[in-house]
Amino acid sequence: MSDCHDCAGCTIASASRVARTGGRPHVVAIIGPPNSGKSTLFNRLTGLRQKVANFPGVTVEQRIGRAKTKHDREIVLVDLPGVYSLSPRSEDEQVTRDVLAGEMPGIPKPDAVLLILDCTNLGRHLVLAAPILALKLPTLVILNMADDLASRGGKVDTAELAGELGAPVALISAAKGDGIEKVFQFMEGTAAGTTSLAAPKVELPVLQDIPRCRQWAHQVGAGAAYQAPAPPLWTRRLDAIFLHPVAGFAIFAVVVAAVFQTIFSLAKPIMDGLQALVETSGHWIEGVLPASVFRSLLVDGVWHGVGSVIVFLPQILLLFLFIGILEDSGYLARAALIADRTMAKFGLQGKSFIPLLSAYACAVPAIMATRTIESKRDRLATILIAPLMTCSARLPVYTLIIAAFIPERHLLGPLLGTQAGALLGLYMLGFAAAIITARLLKSSVLKSERTPFVLEMPPYRMPTLRSLGLRLYDRSKIFLQRAGTVILLVAVVLWVMLHLPLHDGKAPEIGDSFAGMIGHTAEPVIKPLGFNWKIGIGLISSLAAREVIVGTLGTIYAVEGTQDSAGLRHALQSELTPGGAVALLIFFAFAMQCMSTVAVVRRETGGWKWPAVQFAYMTLLAYVCALVTNEVVGSGVLKVVARL
Amino acid sequence: MMQLSVNNDSQAGRNAAFAPKTLAQLPRGESGILDRLDLPEDVARRLMELGFLPGQVIVPARSAPGGGPRVYRVDGSEVALRRETAARLILRSPAKSGPTRKP
Repeated sequence: MSDCHDCAGCTIASASRVARTGGRPHVVAIIGPPNSGKSTLFNRLTGLRQKVANFPGVTVEQRIGRAKTKHDREIVLVDLPGVYSLSPRSEDEQVTRDVLAGEMPGIPKPDAVLLILDCTNLGRHLVLAAPILALKLPTLVILNMADDLASRGGKVDTAELAGELGAPVALISAAKGDGIEKVFQFMEGTAAGTTSLAAPKVELPVLQDIPRCRQWAHQVGAGAAYQAPAPPLWTRRLDAIFLHPVAGFAIFAVVVAAVFQTIFSLAKPIMDGLQALVETSGHWIEGVLPASVFRSLLVDGVWHGVGSVIVFLPQILLLFLFIGILEDSGYLARAALIADRTMAKFGLQGKSFIPLLSAYACAVPAIMATRTIESKRDRLATILIAPLMTCSARLPVYTLIIAAFIPERHLLGPLLGTQAGALLGLYMLGFAAAIITARLLKSSVLKSERTPFVLEMPPYRMPTLRSLGLRLYDRSKIFLQRAGTVILLVAVVLWVMLHLPLHDGKAPEIGDSFAGMIGHTAEPVIKPLGFNWKIGIGLISSLAAREVIVGTLGTIYAVEGTQDSAGLRHALQSELTPGGAVALLIFFAFAMQCMSTVAVVRRETGGWKWPAVQFAYMTLLAYVCALVTNEVVGSGVLKVVARL
Repeated sequence: MMQLSVNNDSQAGRNAAFAPKTLAQLPRGESGILDRLDLPEDVARRLMELGFLPGQVIVPARSAPGGGPRVYRVDGSEVALRRETAARLILRSPAKSGPTRKP
């Protein structure tokens, strides 16, 4: 493992021993440039047997999977980030280099390498072969997109190429599964230790000199009778439509509207159904178990807590399905191109657009979707502002308070009433806060980004069901693991706070519980916002997920169980002043009342620093704005408005 | 503003006396040969990895509707760059002869 300590330009001397046998699993690394079909191949080889995590200490995603060869040989596959070279300038390149050198903690040095290249673009992709072959690990050079190459009239002599490179070459189509057996054969060979290393016919170039590397790649390609395919005609025809000055905009608008429509209208009945299911099953458990503290913990704590997350799953799955189709088809790059000019005004870039759009459903998948942004600073800025977009968990809170406090009047004739107007205003408020924050971030802490906006335009492709399905499975697993475990923990803690300490062996009145005590203690702090201690308890409970405050307030005002929320509305009307009510809306618009988001930001940024900064910033923003709102509205502005 | 300068560029392209100096000035569909990248080394390396090498033939394709980044055809692939980046890619003047790199 400690073959080399000198990092600059190291070659692993002891790697010439080919395959190692013994108890240790056979480790194979998959490496390739971005857009080479690397993840498709990884999914093809491992199927569902994969684990997603982060490489230790960095934000780079680590995907490890298992595959079995024909002879039941277990192989561990490590999917490395997409890179163009091994010169360690970016985090991705550093990680790739470290893994291949066996210097990544927790990952044994790979026994073999699968180098995947897009053969419709061999002149450029072959450049990566030079530093990989220089490692002298058993390497299979995989030429992917064989179907594209053939259909566009390109050619390559794989036997000649293998001779030139001194490594076996396989022509495959990872998306269709053609030629995958050659990859398995290679891994079987390296696992059995029967693969021998041949010396490349061509001399490897000096790696730092890009023009030289390029020349080398062209020379190797020419040696293998490589004939570049004709330009992708269909892609150009489609781009003429999708990037058309008028039609392009219209299609973009339709796609955005479709995403919105799907995550709200289409997901709504499914989410309502799930909500009903969670409640019914909760009642069922209550009926089956004898009344006890344990039952209360199980039903009121665990079941409802976890249920509040599962309810969002349909929406999130639909969102991931959409993003998956956009990404796999190649439209995502065009959408980023179209959105770039507008996003640049806020200091962001085109690739931030789709994640921010997703944040209208939920910040958690939005933050997970920022992976497509290569620039670390732009990605961080997008992660930091995503929770300010109005996610769907805010909607129940907004609806309740607006219905209780804002009288319904016509604003713009019958088209827009005051209540809908207030809701729209809150959406715009969140958006405004997000873009202003983005500007602030990009002109201060996240400034001095030298990486320019560079966007590769992949050819359009038909998304495959298999790849979409795997993506959905993978993303929803992460969502449930990350959000679910946090919510479970928070739900149990909240239950304890609401049901303890016991008085004469009985659960306390809510005012005497730990949560009540905290609410009372916090009252002086939140009083200037127009909130009393009961709202304080609600705020604490909403840390699990924003909409939990509705249920908590229901419990506090003992109106739970009523089907309509009229009882709760009346209770709130007598509890909150108009100033406090509007302040509560403003508070929810800005505060990071969501532990799942905190957990995901921690995971994606690789530490506690950014989630802590973000939480403090958003809470402070919420507090100050709610304070000002309460003062202004309380001073009678609303009365004046109401009289008009 | 952006729209206006794009128009200027295409007029300039039609004018034979004027040779485009940077990639940003090259009209859509015409080809230019890259001379050098007037960018910090790490940025230049990133672009070179994507095919923007001195001597390489580059053809501007469509831009985003409304004048966003433009797509460039370079060495068999298509890469979009913002105008500010394209303006730092200096083209070889037609009079100056030198080796060209054809894919």
